[in-house]
Amino acid sequence: MIEQAPLWTVPVAGAVLLALAGGAAALRGGLAAGRASGAGTPGAEAARLLVQQRRSTVAADRLLWRLGPAAVCVAATLAVLVVPLGRWTVWDSPVGVVWFNAMEVVVWAGLWLTGWGANSVWGLVAGYRFLAQGLAYELPHMFALTTVALGAGSLRVGDVVAAQSGLWFVVWMPVAFVAYLVAALGMAFWGPFDAPAQADLAGGVGAELSGVDALLLRAGRYLMLTAAAAFAVPAFLGGGAGPLLPAWLWSLVKTAAVLTLLVWLRDRLPTVRMDRFTELSWVVLLPATLLQALLVAIVVLVR
Amino acid sequence: MMLQLFLLLAAALLAIGLYGALSQQSIVMIMMGIELMVNAVIVAGAASWWFLSPHRPDGQVLVVVAITVMAVEMAMGFAVTTAIFRARDVDMTDMAADLKK
Amino acid sequence: MQLVVFVVCAVGAVAAGAAVFWVDSMARATFALLASFLFVAVDVLLLDLAYLGVLIILMMIMEMVVMAVFMIMYMMNPAGLMPMSMVHNRRGSLAIAVGTFLVLAAGILLIHWPTRRGAPPAEPTRQLGEALMGSKMLVMMVLGLALFATMVATVVLAQHRGRYHRYGDELDRRAPDDPIRGGVGR
Repeated sequence: MIEQAPLWTVPVAGAVLLALAGGAAALRGGLAAGRASGAGTPGAEAARLLVQQRRSTVAADRLLWRLGPAAVCVAATLAVLVVPLGRWTVWDSPVGVVWFNAMEVVVWAGLWLTGWGANSVWGLVAGYRFLAQGLAYELPHMFALTTVALGAGSLRVGDVVAAQSGLWFVVWMPVAFVAYLVAALGMAFWGPFDAPAQADLAGGVGAELSGVDALLLRAGRYLMLTAAAAFAVPAFLGGGAGPLLPAWLWSLVKTAAVLTLLVWLRDRLPTVRMDRFTELSWVVLLPATLLQALLVAIVVLVR
Repeated sequence: MMLQLFLLLAAALLAIGLYGALSQQSIVMIMMGIELMVNAVIVAGAASWWFLSPHRPDGQVLVVVAITVMAVEMAMGFAVTTAIFRARDVDMTDMAADLKK
Repeated sequence: MQLVVFVVCAVGAVAAGAAVFWVDSMARATFALLASFLFVAVDVLLLDLAYLGVLIILMMIMEMVVMAVFMIMYMMNPAGLMPMSMVHNRRGSLAIAVGTFLVLAAGILLIHWPTRRGAPPAEPTRQLGEALMGSKMLVMMVLGLALFATMVATVVLAQHRGRYHRYGDELDRRAPDDPIRGGVGR
């Protein structure tokens, strides 16, 4: 089953994450090419940002400002450590599901710090927007993960994959899967939940960012989206299970499929205002995930 | 010896929190002091579970209680601050203690 | 190795805790407190308490980010642009705090601590879960009740609008009249 990979695989996990995120960015560039005046390819854009001079603002809280975008990148990388690639996982933590949740919450702090640090009203308002959105998506997300752990009877990601050898969780936990995908979009402030980075706030949290910091925030957004897509595979889609191909390739294929769906959704849905989403989340999504958890609990008890 | 080190850490955190809770005037800062003191309880609870009686779950349950206490304390603290601020326009304990002029 | 990690994190936790009352900026104070919690979480992880350690990380990040919002809402100098002091009886507090630490430290070092009884379980998380759902069920029930009471109490305290604002003087309005409309079509 899932086994612990040696320590030197940590950079490998990071490289795979980065490659997938780069692919997502390129895909996004390709999809948006027809609509928006295009920035260049992800590589060219990264190179441009790397040599760009950093902008400074009056009375910025520089320490916290620099910390924010870096925290988003680090959180995505740490979150992906518990995600197995086929048979191997970098860190076979006994509480992998909780670990993923904790690392995803780091984005809250990262985005708020990014918005706060610049001493700019746009960034600060965007930081508050993200917090409102975070409070809305977090509980359905937590209950979706709880449902997964409940179905598997374990918080270890390897056990979650093993529990799906007969039937993938997505089949009998569809509501939790949908709630998870909604939260995945929310935590990467992506698609309908991109209010914190909207043009009506001059770019939102990244309004005053430039150079390396801007690169870190944009990369962190793609990394977080990729990490969320990657975790959906062991949690709902049976991990590396599949015919013909080796397990690690199945993991990658499934991750790429989920990621493509998330990227494709970006321009298909209008931005949802976070107060509307809050009510939607608490009145519709939360009871739905609770019922889903109840259903799964009954199945687990009866089985 | 490690137990003593953990407990010393807890004592240091408790002392810092106590200083903050006693000396600060702002309600929000007082809450931060209290949170530090609860933090000390977490350290002490976890350490005494591991070093004294790991076969019983009591230490772990104590940590869970401490974490919950922290959440309750913060929520109630902010609600009270909001209520006082709305009614009296102050957020400092000294001013809130004064009689309404 | 473990000792090194412990000492680094212990010093970090205490230093970050002290920084909370040292820095001028409210945002920095909040995140200093968060750093203190994260250091403590690493020390808890050292004790083989994987679930509780990660839970502390998860809860404290959320709590502190929410706390930062309130700090900035209520404090007069959130960004720390000018030095300020909002303390009373600093010397007395310091004396009490130092005295408390000395008494506790003396107790910790002088007491003859009992030796460990029993062995740690293979899965501490399972031990905790079974305790909370079994022998310590009362604790869990009280915590749940306390959290529910907290939710109700905080909303009652912080909300200045009551049901008469929302549903009219006769309580006969069908859809509540809220300043911000929600997302499910009301």
